[in-house]
Amino acid sequence: MAKFKKDGGKETPAISTASLPDIVFMLLFFFMVSTTMREVELKVSNKLPQAVQVTKLEKKSLVSTIYVGKPKAQFQKNFGTEPVIQMNDQISSVSAVGSFIASEREARKEEDRNKMTVSLKADAATKMGIVTDIKQELRKASALKISYSVRKEVK
Amino acid sequence: MARKTPEVNASSTADIAFLLLVFFLVTTTMDVDSGIYRKLPPIPENQDIKNAPKSKPRNVLLVRINYTNLLQVGGNQMDISRLKDKVKEFITNPNDDKNLSEKKFKDIPLLGRKAVSKGVVSLQSDVGTSYEMYIKVQDVLATAFVELKDEVSMANWGKTFADLNEEQQEAIKKLVPTAVSEAEPKKMGGK
Repeated sequence: MAKFKKDGGKETPAISTASLPDIVFMLLFFFMVSTTMREVELKVSNKLPQAVQVTKLEKKSLVSTIYVGKPKAQFQKNFGTEPVIQMNDQISSVSAVGSFIASEREARKEEDRNKMTVSLKADAATKMGIVTDIKQELRKASALKISYSVRKEVK
Repeated sequence: MARKTPEVNASSTADIAFLLLVFFLVTTTMDVDSGIYRKLPPIPENQDIKNAPKSKPRNVLLVRINYTNLLQVGGNQMDISRLKDKVKEFITNPNDDKNLSEKKFKDIPLLGRKAVSKGVVSLQSDVGTSYEMYIKVQDVLATAFVELKDEVSMANWGKTFADLNEEQQEAIKKLVPTAVSEAEPKKMGGK
């Protein structure tokens, strides 16, 4: 069967890589859709407590986050080891919560301002004293929608 | 005959795409923000707290957590594992006990006239209470109310709350409101 005889001496053709960009683009789109931008650099330790009954926070753009926890090792020289508050990129005090909420509110569109939610990301080892203080400040700033950020417990 | 246009070299597209991919991998995170959603009570306009409307004592289930993370429910110390059933019993009040919450008849869309519990769970924590314990209690309270909603949904439509349509969910929410109040902070014990 001469038809199927291999004609020797020919080089093997190079594998076509034309579809490689397509594959990589697919990966890229997957990551673009499923992830969110990292907003701030964490300066406090943040190990969230666990809970079962969680609701997802929708509309990322309407959420402002307040972090509470012990300062990380490189900041302990300046801020001590007691739990502190981090808003945006800096560690600040409870009294600054009001102005933080005000500036966050300024940054939103007018019709969205009363839909703003505060996500409280507090370390599990924090004491309630500081959390209660923050809550009082939030009430004074009339930012009443709050979400206690937790990790979903897998049963 | 038209001249053949030379093929554009596309081998660098992959590199460009890889660059973009790496950029997104580095700057983004996977975690979805999820949490226990609560509404804080507004600060009363006249600073007089005494004038604020008060619920009858039998309609308030006081849950207190002290600085050693011990739980006190309605005056008795209680383990967290029993809290859920206690809350459910308090809200439903199946035997019309005089010490548990009152009921009030209200007109509810789709369901007609139904008894709605006037009970409120009031959560008080201490300065020294750990946040982890606080969240645990909040979680148990939330679970209790979700289960109550599910039970009522089952009784009325034979489906769980999550499977109901929006209108039905609204009705159930009116029938079983999530009544967890975060009390005004009080200094008790501790430092």
